[in-house]
Amino acid sequence: MAAVEHSLFNPAIVSVAIRDAFWKLSPRHMLRNPVMFVVLVGSLLTTISLVREIVTRQGSIGFTLQIALWLWFTVLFANFAEAMAEGRGKAQADSLRKSRRETHAKLLDDPSNHLSIDIVPATNLRAGDYVICTPGDVIPGDGEVVEGVASVDESAITGESAPVVRESGGDRSAVTGGTKVLSDFLIIRITANPGETFIDRMIALVEGASRQKTPNEIALTILLSALTIIFLLAVVTLRPFATYAGAALGVPVLVALLVCLIPTTIGGLLSAIGIAGMDRLIQQNVIAVSGRSVEAAGDVNTLLLDKTGTITLGNREAVEFFPVPGTSVEQLADRAQLSSLPDETPEGRSIVVLAKQRFQIRGREVGAGEGHPEMTFIPFSASTRMSGVDIGTTKLRKGAGDSVSKWVRENKGVVPREIDAIVDRIAREGGTPLVVAESVDGTASVLGAIYLKDIVKGGMRERFDRLRAMGIRTVMITGDNPLTAAAIAKEAGVDDFLAEARPEDKMELIRREQSGGRLVAMTGDGTNDAPALAQADVGVAMNTGTQAAREAGNMVDLDSNPTKLIEIVEIGKQLLMTRGSLTTFSIANDVAKYFAIIPALFLATYPALGALNVMRLHSPESAILASVIFNALIIIALIPLALRGVRYRPAPAGVILRRNLVIYGFGGLVIPFIGIKLIDLILVLVHAV
Amino acid sequence: MTANGWLQIIFFSVVLLAITKPMGLYMLGVYDGRYRWLGFIERPIYKVCGIDPAEDQHWTAYAGGMLLFSLATMLVTYVALRLQGVLPLNPQHFPGVVDRQAFETAASFTTNTNWQSYSGETTMSYFSQMTQLAFHNFASAAVGIAIAVAVIRGIGRRSAGKIGNFWVDTVRGTLYILIPFSIVLALLMVQQGAIQNFSHYLSVTTLEGAKQTLAMGPVASQEAIKQLGTNGGGFFNANSAHPFENPTPWSNFLSMIVIFLIPAGLTYVLGRMVKNQRHGWAVWSAMFILFFAGVTTAYWAEARGNPIHAARGIDTRASAAQPGGNMEGKEVRFGIANSALFATVTTDASCGAVNSMHDSFTPIGGLVPLVNIQLGEVVFGGVGAGMYGMILMVVLTVFIAGLMVGRTPEYLGKKIQSREIRMVMVAVLAAPLVILGFTAIAVVLPEGLKGLNNSGPHGFSEILYAYTSTFGNNGSAFAGLTGSSYFYNTTLGIATIIGRFAVIVPALALAGFLSERKVVADSVGTFPVSSPLFVGLLIAVILIVGALTFFPALALGPIVEHFLMNARSLF
Repeated sequence: MAAVEHSLFNPAIVSVAIRDAFWKLSPRHMLRNPVMFVVLVGSLLTTISLVREIVTRQGSIGFTLQIALWLWFTVLFANFAEAMAEGRGKAQADSLRKSRRETHAKLLDDPSNHLSIDIVPATNLRAGDYVICTPGDVIPGDGEVVEGVASVDESAITGESAPVVRESGGDRSAVTGGTKVLSDFLIIRITANPGETFIDRMIALVEGASRQKTPNEIALTILLSALTIIFLLAVVTLRPFATYAGAALGVPVLVALLVCLIPTTIGGLLSAIGIAGMDRLIQQNVIAVSGRSVEAAGDVNTLLLDKTGTITLGNREAVEFFPVPGTSVEQLADRAQLSSLPDETPEGRSIVVLAKQRFQIRGREVGAGEGHPEMTFIPFSASTRMSGVDIGTTKLRKGAGDSVSKWVRENKGVVPREIDAIVDRIAREGGTPLVVAESVDGTASVLGAIYLKDIVKGGMRERFDRLRAMGIRTVMITGDNPLTAAAIAKEAGVDDFLAEARPEDKMELIRREQSGGRLVAMTGDGTNDAPALAQADVGVAMNTGTQAAREAGNMVDLDSNPTKLIEIVEIGKQLLMTRGSLTTFSIANDVAKYFAIIPALFLATYPALGALNVMRLHSPESAILASVIFNALIIIALIPLALRGVRYRPAPAGVILRRNLVIYGFGGLVIPFIGIKLIDLILVLVHAV
Repeated sequence: MTANGWLQIIFFSVVLLAITKPMGLYMLGVYDGRYRWLGFIERPIYKVCGIDPAEDQHWTAYAGGMLLFSLATMLVTYVALRLQGVLPLNPQHFPGVVDRQAFETAASFTTNTNWQSYSGETTMSYFSQMTQLAFHNFASAAVGIAIAVAVIRGIGRRSAGKIGNFWVDTVRGTLYILIPFSIVLALLMVQQGAIQNFSHYLSVTTLEGAKQTLAMGPVASQEAIKQLGTNGGGFFNANSAHPFENPTPWSNFLSMIVIFLIPAGLTYVLGRMVKNQRHGWAVWSAMFILFFAGVTTAYWAEARGNPIHAARGIDTRASAAQPGGNMEGKEVRFGIANSALFATVTTDASCGAVNSMHDSFTPIGGLVPLVNIQLGEVVFGGVGAGMYGMILMVVLTVFIAGLMVGRTPEYLGKKIQSREIRMVMVAVLAAPLVILGFTAIAVVLPEGLKGLNNSGPHGFSEILYAYTSTFGNNGSAFAGLTGSSYFYNTTLGIATIIGRFAVIVPALALAGFLSERKVVADSVGTFPVSSPLFVGLLIAVILIVGALTFFPALALGPIVEHFLMNARSLF
């Protein structure tokens, strides 16, 4: 799925949202939101009063009509906000749905027999079935490759057009339904029943269909409901109080007061904020399994980041040659370059480049030619942990210190003691030592070592500083030895590191952090990451990872970019801040509304209360109407904020709190005074015309 | 306002600050069980009652014990008051207390309210005063402190719902705090001139030659626990305005300090038990600022006096010859500053003792006590009640504002989620339900209106004050309302019970829930609960929740009355 940037008020989305705002008036939907349900009931009561007034031709029909209209608008505006937030997700879901055309599957009765094929609709597949996919086939469902290797176009879900390789075994065995096989063939064991596939889940998530209220949303709803009951009590008892004072209060004004006081602003925008948070993740190409995990992301204390690919660039670079005594540095550089000429890995190429830059050693012909025999490339293998070239009887090898030493000894050579000091020194500086050895006519000798350096990604230190400012600790996970790890950790600016890490060490670290009361976020892609992903509070699985990893995590990053964990945390924080800020704003608004409405209600009985009319509003009617209108319009005015989230800058809690309090707390106190006064002035103007 | 008046208020504030830490340290020792010097009394009590002092109770058991104890003692008092006529120590031969009066009194004293819709000296025998009312003065105070300590424990611990032992906490609070402090205080009061005897009432001839009956009794001993336990139920109807209860400015000062002694000490206990002393002081500061704002407002309003008097050419300025301002309903030996201070202290702390008649205050002066109670009695508050009430407010503050730092709300490392916030809101909801609900009924029913001595907004204030005071377990009266009717005794009694237990039980549940939560590590990203910003936020939440709930009612009572007074109209 392409991360389409939607402008906030896309006309297509707006028109659908307006329609949905009416659909959402159904009581079943309204009951999910107690605050707005009360407004709905209030609107109905006011409308009934209006009808009664029209029938009996008593009361101020025009005034009641306006109150009733604006109350209905209040409900519709809140529904519109939710529909807008959903609309953005729906647009994404539609593009996903397009990829899920009706497909047919080539079902295999027996996975070892590729010839007995039944063509069945993809919807008939069940977990455990085996299918075969050949070039041009759309993979009919989520599954695991059991045989074959093929390039697959996954642009339908990731938006990335470059094909990826999927093969049986290892960490690249998961395939997603709806993606397309481009070459070769795959035998796939289906792992998901129809309706439960990754794409199905994604559609449900972005549409908000399976949206459950998060723990914090539930708690906030309880608070808002209780506040609503408090104001209901305050307003309902006002009628007998007024009777005692000799004043008569009609239903419309009481409903108007109630609706103005109950927290409609946050009540109307609460679900929109939650949906928009998920939506912001989707814009980042991250799919969260639940809103709960987005909330947890805001609470994270510790980030576990894999070194390679996250903190450092995936490849290392040669930066220095260290010859052993008896070998000149030029000689070492020459042999190192020669051994790397056919080596197409980035490390190999960086050795060639370094030798050329330092000693003007030119690259030479690889094939057989004048004056030199053909080179035979010995590629790197996990068992030998070396690579190199054979040129006639001369053999060149480079690789890990211990394996090269072993090779030298096996070839009648002596390993000088000095090489250990060199290797140790490189490791201490955070580099990877690559020992170079040569065997001429059957006798091997060590020439020296190449200093391969991890390249820390640009801007990482600043990002870690930002995280630290928010109280988040970063821990680098690496398979390197502690010396190397410490040096890189220092260079990158992470707070801590875990060296020589095995998967079970990672698990142990997560448990230790959690038992200390910290929430942990991590990324992972391999099957051996799955337990840790499940244990972590926020586990982001890479989309390129295995099915097991994707099942274990509570988020999937379609771009498979582990650095994105930082954005995920920021989105979580921003979501919570938006919720808190608008709650504070909503409650602070009530002060001004009291000053507008209470004197208006009792002006006839107690003219002295006019002293409370600090805004000098024109008349009781205009005061009440202006409050109701402000209350409705503020919902619309805050929709962009609810969808975008409040401005977020990393800082300690105290600083963020002070800033948000000034804007939303103090602002919440002052803005309605200004807004209600302005609306009152406009009302006076309009009615004067 | 005079320099002398301000000096006395500031002196009080300084002494209050000075006593907080020593009192807190002593209370910590008591509730941690470190003091054993009364073990020879303590141990037999546990033995006789079958209490295992080592048992750590789940919050439900704690709450159950508290409810059982309160119900049983309330019933005993009800029966004892009904049978007063046949019980001993009744030299004036008072008859049994009538049904609803006995219910209201039993409920009121059990809940630490001590609303008295009767005159003590013409209704209660010495036996009733000493065995029943005085018992509740101790017991209800001990229960209150125990609850506060248990709630604090729940916050500070990780103990799967276990928050201490109700019986042990109650016994220790009584033995080590209430009884010894009361003995010392009673002696000090006697030294100042309060009476302590079992005499028949005296008949004396006044200077004008008229006959007057002077009520006698064991006043000083009851006076001590009345203030220390923030009970407030006076021996005499005139309460601390009576010269036998509160004879001198020094006894007056002592009374006020003692009212705040335990509540202030509890803020220190909070800091210690949750291992964040700065949080304890932050809570103290929030309480102090609200207190100081209250006393400033009341003092200003009373010293300013009634503009109608000034308009009639009466000199209301303070001078060497006269206190000036509004002296109606105030004792000359206390003056305006100490009356305003006492009114603020007694209503901040759900004590309810009065040394002046709040009904006679100016509208704004009378608004202060009313608002103090409506804020939930959390400004130092009743013994224990102030602390657990404040903790509910702190949790509410953390919940509303905590999200703004970009984390789900947490209080001292413990997540605040739906279970916790539900408990807070139950307690917060009870106030408008009872106060506004009963007031609404009373202002339209003939039974309610019959008790009024004043009309208009002032009459409204009297009814509102009555339910506010009983729900807040304050017990001070605005006077002017005849509360001894069947209707008022019933509804006011119910208000005291809901006001007590609809707050205690949710508070204990909250503590139990929090004790089950694991502690989230502290970092710079955590919502700060000890900064000046937090203090301001806490005050704002307390004011906004209180004001938003009661503003319409207040507007129709003291606020409109104030504007009407300025417009030269009185009720």
